Amino acid sequence: MLFAAALAFIFDPANLLGEKGILPRLMDHLLYTGLSLGVALLVGIPIGLIIGHTGKGKNFVIALTGSFRAIPTFGLLLFIILFTGLGLGPLVFVLAILAIPPIIAGAYSGLDAVNRETIDAARAIGMTEWQILGKVEIPLALPLILGGIRSATLQIIATATIAGYVGLTGLGRFLIEGLALHDYTLAFAGAILVAALALVADGILALIQRLVVPHGVSRGMARTTTRSGRRTAPPALTGTPITEG
Amino acid sequence: MIEFRGVSKQFDDGTLAVDDFSLVIPSHKTVVLVGSSGCGKTTLLRMINRMVDPTSGSILIDDEDIAGLEPVKLRRRIGYVMQNSGLLPHRKVIDNVATVPLLEGVPKRDAYARAMELLDTVGLDRSLANRYPSQLSGGQQQRVGVARGLAVDPNILLMDEPFGAVDPIVRADLQQELIRLQQELGKTIVFVTHDIDEAFLLGDEVVILQVGAQIAQQGTPSEILANPTNEFVANFIGVGRGKRRLSVDGSVESNGNDLVLVDSAGHAAGVVDAPGGVIANGDSSPKSRSISNKTDQAGDA
Repeated sequence: MLFAAALAFIFDPANLLGEKGILPRLMDHLLYTGLSLGVALLVGIPIGLIIGHTGKGKNFVIALTGSFRAIPTFGLLLFIILFTGLGLGPLVFVLAILAIPPIIAGAYSGLDAVNRETIDAARAIGMTEWQILGKVEIPLALPLILGGIRSATLQIIATATIAGYVGLTGLGRFLIEGLALHDYTLAFAGAILVAALALVADGILALIQRLVVPHGVSRGMARTTTRSGRRTAPPALTGTPITEG
Repeated sequence: MIEFRGVSKQFDDGTLAVDDFSLVIPSHKTVVLVGSSGCGKTTLLRMINRMVDPTSGSILIDDEDIAGLEPVKLRRRIGYVMQNSGLLPHRKVIDNVATVPLLEGVPKRDAYARAMELLDTVGLDRSLANRYPSQLSGGQQQRVGVARGLAVDPNILLMDEPFGAVDPIVRADLQQELIRLQQELGKTIVFVTHDIDEAFLLGDEVVILQVGAQIAQQGTPSEILANPTNEFVANFIGVGRGKRRLSVDGSVESNGNDLVLVDSAGHAAGVVDAPGGVIANGDSSPKSRSISNKTDQAGDA
């Protein structure tokens, strides 16, 4: 059977190391993911926090998240490579583009959900805007901010399979090689590996997300999130892992 | 002393919340701004700590125009208590109370020690210090809010309907507590409420406001009750509806020292000291005898 054969491939120690082994490709996959996520965080978090804190540019967030989702990542990657040539840079760039919208949306909606009265009180007792952001808004918004990061991470992991098409490696190579050689066991093994990585990453991030819920909020309910009533990541932000390639 | 000089505030949407308002609030007194929703009373209050800046006119604290002060610095030396306590939900009670001193760089140890004392001051058990706000009752949260307001030992305490969201029994409790506190501390308190009974109970001076923060009447509770300047005031304080026009109900057997008072609709409203059936004149503490404070001025009736 295909599934059993794919599992047999994955757990065969002979396939673990070596140039085309699972481990080096997994490490590469994680490298691409980490770099892209880092870039996306550097860009997305400040934008999301600024919009969430000031309340200005809400429409921009909605338009951005909507339109960016429609960008075909692979198409964009090929387009950029036409100008830059193959390399890690273009890949990280397009994956970051993919990940920025959910990160902005998470940061923005997290801050937006913090009770206005709490913020007003913080200002009225004499906190500066930076103190309000750092000591009130971010701690209270952290679960939703992480929800956005979690969603972004999953999308990057799934989409980083395209690295295999542009001269890089990663877990996507198994899919590409498998399809090219009509070795569907290999392709299926690749798909399983990507899905498993996504699940593990999602599990770890879900755990962290639970841990950062501030004390006092987790016990009491409702005082931080009057507007939307949401306390965990909204479903729209937690993307399901899709295995492209 | 807080002084409003010809202050107006027009919001971005065009609403004229405050229209040419002038008032002097004396030090160490409780002044209550009272009026219906939308009369601009909260806007007035929030102008004192520059949460709202006036469109025109000026506000002075001890003869210093606050427009020239840095808002954050100004706010840190003014206590602020709001309706739903406004506590930081992710911080323990002790940290909430100590918030401003810690921001001001007071060593943690000292700030905590002071916060503990403040819990005593507002009548909270010290064992609550490590709870989170959500683990407290509404009344307890308000007490923490008051403690936080007092943390930097401010001269001025701004209170924006602080007891509006708690049940009547707890509210009465908190009101008495505030009266006691004020006797001890002698702050300049500016208190905003829509509840005229609360205003008369707490205020050394009461300012009744109409739309646009127009002063309908200003004076001590007795002055206002004795001489409502117009029908608006009379209605607002209840005289117009007969609620405060009390008379002795002769049909009730008295115990010899008290007489039952009824309002103009015949509902029992309180009792008055009447040793031997003669109403005592000029009793200095009529509050203690009343069912509710609406009979505060029973001696005048």
